Amino acid sequence: MHVGYVEIAIGTILISNMVLARFLGLCPFIGVTRRTSDAVGMGFAVMFVMTLAAFATSLLYKYVLIHPGPDGFNLLVALGVVKEMPADGYVLVLKTVSYILIIAVLVQFVEMVLRKSVPVLYKALGIYLPLITTNCAVMGVALLTTSDWKYQDAPLSLGKAVWMGFCGGVGFTLAMILMSGIRERLAVARVPKALQNVPIAFISTGLMALAFLGFSKLFGIEL
Amino acid sequence: MCGTVKGLAVNLLKSLLDKAVKSNPVFGLMLGLCPTLAVTTSVKNGLAMGLAASVVLLCSNILISLIKKLIPKEVRIACYIVVIAGFVTMVEILMKALAPAEINNQLGIFIPLIVVNCIILGRAEAFASRNGVVASIGDAVGIGLGYAGVLVMIGAIRELVGKGTFWGYTVWSGYSDAPEALAAPATVAVLAPGAFIVIGLLFGLFNAIGNRRQAAQLAAAQPVRFTTSADEKAKGASAAEPSAQ
Repeated sequence: MHVGYVEIAIGTILISNMVLARFLGLCPFIGVTRRTSDAVGMGFAVMFVMTLAAFATSLLYKYVLIHPGPDGFNLLVALGVVKEMPADGYVLVLKTVSYILIIAVLVQFVEMVLRKSVPVLYKALGIYLPLITTNCAVMGVALLTTSDWKYQDAPLSLGKAVWMGFCGGVGFTLAMILMSGIRERLAVARVPKALQNVPIAFISTGLMALAFLGFSKLFGIEL
Repeated sequence: MCGTVKGLAVNLLKSLLDKAVKSNPVFGLMLGLCPTLAVTTSVKNGLAMGLAASVVLLCSNILISLIKKLIPKEVRIACYIVVIAGFVTMVEILMKALAPAEINNQLGIFIPLIVVNCIILGRAEAFASRNGVVASIGDAVGIGLGYAGVLVMIGAIRELVGKGTFWGYTVWSGYSDAPEALAAPATVAVLAPGAFIVIGLLFGLFNAIGNRRQAAQLAAAQPVRFTTSADEKAKGASAAEPSAQ
């Protein structure tokens, strides 16, 4: 199947929603959805970082980690670290380590820039920013865009990778907002004592995932 | 001699169980939720993921407790992450070489995602960086057992309900003369919604057991309070009632 921009958008927001179908980013999903305002803050923070992370890791993958092809550019070769990129896989082993470092640095950097230049936004995002480093949705998108797992024309091109990062963030935010709405209603509902708070949140997430299951193969898209 | 060895073994087992059950990473501490739901479509997958995460936890706990004095305090989290990422990469390569292709396919990106599993970073920060090597090994084994146990349990429930199999062997494939609900395995249990609902119900069960135990403890504490207050009255003390508990 051809994977274009529209397919990526529908696929990552509705069909394989980050949270409800791929199970990524569950900790913030359960942890900070008690109030809608918190959920929106976290959602936008993740959307922002996820887009940047997809961009950064995609660049890293294309120009540092893999063999560039006959006359492609590779940073390690250009800097003279190695004379010639070794055959596939020898540098790629460092994928996990380099991605987590890139994401950690990126989050730190975003925090610093926001604090200096957009203090209002920094205040609004507040404690959510540092939490994003260990958000598996960000790392998950980075891995998804640069692996050949499931996609035919993967690893995705730079533009598509960034677009997928952004759409992943949109899908995450959508799930967060929906869930916080449900939980605000649940807070005043009569729930058996053992099921209060987290268990009932999981069960209602299950029902929501059931509804999202209805999107599968929407317009014939499989992602 | 034999007695002390036995006592030691019992103590060890007790502390391991304590870690695995009471401070269970999933139900007690609510950590590592993503793989808990994503890969538990069958017992095999759950076990593979549980083992992979436990091995990483064990190795990182050992190394971090060994080098804890060398790590500057300001950059300790970054150091832990690099150590964990290194071990995750090793496990990733090992799994690719040793585990069957279908398991590798189904665990997919969740093997590299062990690196952001809060259980491992949490144990590094809360335990391994403050304790010796032996204690850290014990901690890793206990927590790892608890985590793998939960994964296998959820995997077993979902596989049984969703596919009617256990470890790939058919247990039941539906009763043709039964009401429609039992005529075939409920596929939804192995899909995404099933995962959320199963873990929600298990969470509820865990809470219910916890609540009952608490109630039993309260009930056990009750008579003590009454006797003490009665004793006080018998003594003729006019002081305020002792606040037992």
